[in-house]
Amino acid sequence: MDVNSIPILTIVTFLPLIGALIIAVAPPSAARATALAFALLTFVISLFLLVGYLPGRPGFQFVETADWIPAFGIQYKLGADGLSVSLVVLTTLLSWIAILASFKPIQTRIKEYMISFLILEVGMIGVFLALDTFLFYIFWEIVLVPMYLIIGIWGGANRIYATMKFVLYTLVGSLLMLVAILATAFAYQSGHDGAWVGAFDFETLKAYAGTGGFADGLQILAFLAFFLAFAIKVPMFPFHTWLPDAHTEAPTAGSVILAAVLLKLGAYGFIRFALPLYPSAAETFAPVIIVLSLIAIIYGAIVALVQPDLKRLVAYSSVSHMGFVTLGIFVFTEQGLQGAILQMINHGLITGALFLLVGVIYERTHDRTIAKMGGLSAKMPVYVAVFGFFVFASAGLPGLSGFVGEFLVLVGTFEVDPYAAAVATFVMVLAASYLLYMYGRVAFGELSDFLAGLGDHLTDMTPVEILTLVPLGTLVVIFGIQPGLLLDLFQGTVVETLAVVDPASPIEIPQAAVIGLLAIVLILVLARVGWAILRPRPTFEPEGGAAH
Amino acid sequence: MSLESLIPALVVLPILGFAVTALIGRRLDKQAHWIPVLTIFAVWVIAMALVVDVLSGTAPLLPGSEESHGYAVTWFTWIPAGAFHVDVGFVVDSLTACLLIVVTTIGLLVHVYSIGYMSHDAGYWRFFAYLNLFMFSMLLLVLASNFLVVFVAWELVGLCSYLLIGFWYRKRSAALAAKKAFIVNRVGDIGFALGIMLIFVSLGTLDIREVIERIGELDGTTIMVISLLIFAGAMGKSAQFPLHVWLPDAMEGPTPVSALIHAATMVNAGIYLIARSNPIFAHAPSALVVVAAVGIFTAILAASIAMTQTDIKRVLAYSTLSQLGYMFAAFGVGAWTAAIFHLMTHGFFKGLLFLGSGSVIHAVHEEQDMRNMGGLSSKIKITYWTMLIGSLAISGIPPLAAFFSKDEILGEAYKFGFLWVWAVGFVVAGMTAFYMFRLMGLTFWGTFRGPKAIWDKIHESSPVMTIPLIVLAIPTLFLGAYLGLPLGASRIAEWLEPVFAEGLHVLHTEAEPSYELFGLDGVLILASVTIAAVGMVIGWRLFGVGIGPIRMPSRPERVRELSARVPFLYRASLNKWWFDDLNHVLFIVIGGRIAAAFWWFDREVVDGTVNAVGASTVDAGRGLRQVQTGRVQNYALGIAIGLIVMAGSYLLLAR
Repeated sequence: MDVNSIPILTIVTFLPLIGALIIAVAPPSAARATALAFALLTFVISLFLLVGYLPGRPGFQFVETADWIPAFGIQYKLGADGLSVSLVVLTTLLSWIAILASFKPIQTRIKEYMISFLILEVGMIGVFLALDTFLFYIFWEIVLVPMYLIIGIWGGANRIYATMKFVLYTLVGSLLMLVAILATAFAYQSGHDGAWVGAFDFETLKAYAGTGGFADGLQILAFLAFFLAFAIKVPMFPFHTWLPDAHTEAPTAGSVILAAVLLKLGAYGFIRFALPLYPSAAETFAPVIIVLSLIAIIYGAIVALVQPDLKRLVAYSSVSHMGFVTLGIFVFTEQGLQGAILQMINHGLITGALFLLVGVIYERTHDRTIAKMGGLSAKMPVYVAVFGFFVFASAGLPGLSGFVGEFLVLVGTFEVDPYAAAVATFVMVLAASYLLYMYGRVAFGELSDFLAGLGDHLTDMTPVEILTLVPLGTLVVIFGIQPGLLLDLFQGTVVETLAVVDPASPIEIPQAAVIGLLAIVLILVLARVGWAILRPRPTFEPEGGAAH
Repeated sequence: MSLESLIPALVVLPILGFAVTALIGRRLDKQAHWIPVLTIFAVWVIAMALVVDVLSGTAPLLPGSEESHGYAVTWFTWIPAGAFHVDVGFVVDSLTACLLIVVTTIGLLVHVYSIGYMSHDAGYWRFFAYLNLFMFSMLLLVLASNFLVVFVAWELVGLCSYLLIGFWYRKRSAALAAKKAFIVNRVGDIGFALGIMLIFVSLGTLDIREVIERIGELDGTTIMVISLLIFAGAMGKSAQFPLHVWLPDAMEGPTPVSALIHAATMVNAGIYLIARSNPIFAHAPSALVVVAAVGIFTAILAASIAMTQTDIKRVLAYSTLSQLGYMFAAFGVGAWTAAIFHLMTHGFFKGLLFLGSGSVIHAVHEEQDMRNMGGLSSKIKITYWTMLIGSLAISGIPPLAAFFSKDEILGEAYKFGFLWVWAVGFVVAGMTAFYMFRLMGLTFWGTFRGPKAIWDKIHESSPVMTIPLIVLAIPTLFLGAYLGLPLGASRIAEWLEPVFAEGLHVLHTEAEPSYELFGLDGVLILASVTIAAVGMVIGWRLFGVGIGPIRMPSRPERVRELSARVPFLYRASLNKWWFDDLNHVLFIVIGGRIAAAFWWFDREVVDGTVNAVGASTVDAGRGLRQVQTGRVQNYALGIAIGLIVMAGSYLLLAR
């Protein structure tokens, strides 16, 4: 049977929704099994995408189009290239793992939880497949709602504050993005004698942008709006502070999905929309974004060094690792972009696994304070071995997948600016420092008094917990030794994306960018100090806490 | 089956051994050593067949080479990222062959020795699994044909080092030492990684042979930067100043690990790397001077510390640093063959000394402090005699191993005009003999200073441990003569000629100086033997001697008197020149404060701003609530004002 004759993308996207509807009407006792079954089924079907996708061909495959709001040329249009396919499979894989990992920790409102998770999956897959800018926006916002609930209902003590911050922060960005999407559509429409056809169609817009259809002024404003939306989502420095809070308060599975998939939405948005639609603006802002990425890489790692909480440490390491992604995208070199995409997948696998592993400890101790840990090697040898594997994967140990992505980004950066590469390479030391600090404190030494006090509660990993980590570990090894499996998938996307930005114009990181950033920092400090003097007690934070 | 097709087996066998032992080793319990030991035995057999084949010249010529015999095989494509294409492949030439001799032989002996040494350890299977993983990584390192694959192996040996130093994970000091080793190594690796990037960006390839062939295309500055970056990596792995601080702490690991990884094989990786990329350094003579300076400085710094340490393994660790310094100094002055020669002899005699120290430590019930030893020569005879051979060898007494290799280093340093390298190296030779005979005196001679109960129970180790000692004593006795003769046209020079000839030609445009045994060379040899003898005799006189009929008591009061005469130097040596304290202040105290400041900035400024925006929105809402009071007259007022403003602005703007 020809894969293209059936609407496989629609099936993959909305299958979890059917699962959610069934759970809604079925008895609560069936919620877990139904959710897992649908997530697994979606995963299996998404594998057909991987099999059916032909890497050699340019453009999108499995494309499905239907009119939605014809008056404005808005369509229901899905399509996939190598980038989308791999991110969709990452999503469907992590979704069933996260659902399986929720079986034990989530004991209240199971039905609602599983429904939220499946709807979240719909939104995430939709974002990666939408080829209509308006549809993209809809999926983008769909993601927000279930995540808001997952953190806000099943999260930790300070969950209301964290989830409000997450949602409001993301909304600020996405609303601006909506404005930019509309502005772009208007610009297209006015350039085509008022005809709306194609004004929201990504492929049409991209072709139009390729001919220089969008004026520089529009490009700059629209790019900035997209940039804010995506930079908050990635998150890039200085828009990252919602992440540690959201991670710390979210339940384990929420953290896993947040790190593994949600952060990739922003990076995907940069590659899919911001670069191709507004190439000249992207070129203009590239130096600034490169500097911000470098700051994120080093700054995230330094702050991770002194985190007292396991989840916060991993969250800051995410800021650092995602800095590599944005760095790789905006150096506009082949190696850089390939490395960036590889890093997206690898970060999803490795950091997702690290959050699962933190969850394993939390499940037994109800604590994540690093200082209270110690000596788990004696009590949980399997756990310590698996944890060590992912710690070294995260530290970029060659032979495991994390290394290839990071190194390609570094090579791609070196071609443009050796000093920038040198700064980023320094993270090799910082990453080893914070990861081995964390690992040493958890695994080595004598069993801490706190852990010893738990007695028999401190059991080694259960088969289910191992099952959630085996697929991730296997992929980390496979992609470490054969990264070509992924790189071949991306090759087309990389070439097409780089074709629109001018690789001939050398990127220089102007002193102005650095000075400007320093000025912003100074203003922030002054503003913060001034605000502290004028208004010593923030009322916002306690309100969030009080609601709980 | 051809030898060539067996090359991948050199790495596949140990990684399989690792995988199998890691998965089922726990169930094998005390039989867990069989798979790893047999695996390494098979590797040793294949390696020896290859070595003989390559060094005798029966192997075919390498493609594109006119005189270098060996094999080059491509295994699979690793990274196909457009122009960035990396293949995993292997090259076996005479340089690799020399390393294979050391790595596989000592690797095999250490595996056998560990059967005895680790027999009572609960982590028996885990230990052997890690050892096999290490052998895989180390063999990949010396066989790889691509700089990035070397880097992979480079990091993997670092991982194994981490796992094995921290093997006794309950000890916090072991866990900290493991972390320190990995992180300090990573500092050097930044350099290596950047060097690799610069090579790729300049030449578009990372294949070592291709890079070496085309290196002349680049300008001098680029080559010098590449050289220094590669050297930075070598400094980390081979523990050269200022990255030397991790190696003494690495002695927290089990002694077989210290022998294999931290004396005989992994720490040589730095020397191997620069020898492998020798034509790059040949184009950057100023970088070579840096190499020589760092090497000889490390040599004297470490030797000065070794003179006062009381932990038997730490003395040997500082000795290793010092000897590695010699090798770098040799490389820096252009005595490349001598560097590899010393690498090989040092691998054997230092492996012997470490395994011997392990036997001593076992005998005195896990005691490592030499102040609690003494007089052991009568109790553990095999250990004593083999270690005495090792000590004589490292001191440079003819005709033992280091006599040939160290003298070649010093002689060439002198002849190539590096008088300062020769002078410092000459002094270090005397210091080496001194600290080794101090070690021998404190450990084996005089009277036992530990508890009587232990003395009664001291016995020689089991044959599984002593046989490796005896086997290692053989190359310690004869390898130097075998490789180093005839003087001036030695066997090892002939072996390595194809690897080094081209680079040396670039480096020295004039012909190499001739060798005169009854001339300059003879004088230099005489000088180094004399200084070694002087060091030995001083060591003997201060710490006692008890070889056969020669017996003299130790003189601790004289030691105190001498050390009081140079109080600063004595304290500096005892406190390792305060490098650990300096690093603690710089990286733990100050670094920690900086990181804490960053976190404050993140919470208070970055996140503070976010919260401030949020709070001001709430405030603004509160303020704007005054607008929606529900009083109609207020709304009417608003409408009126709005109308006036709009009409007014329309009238103004429309004009």
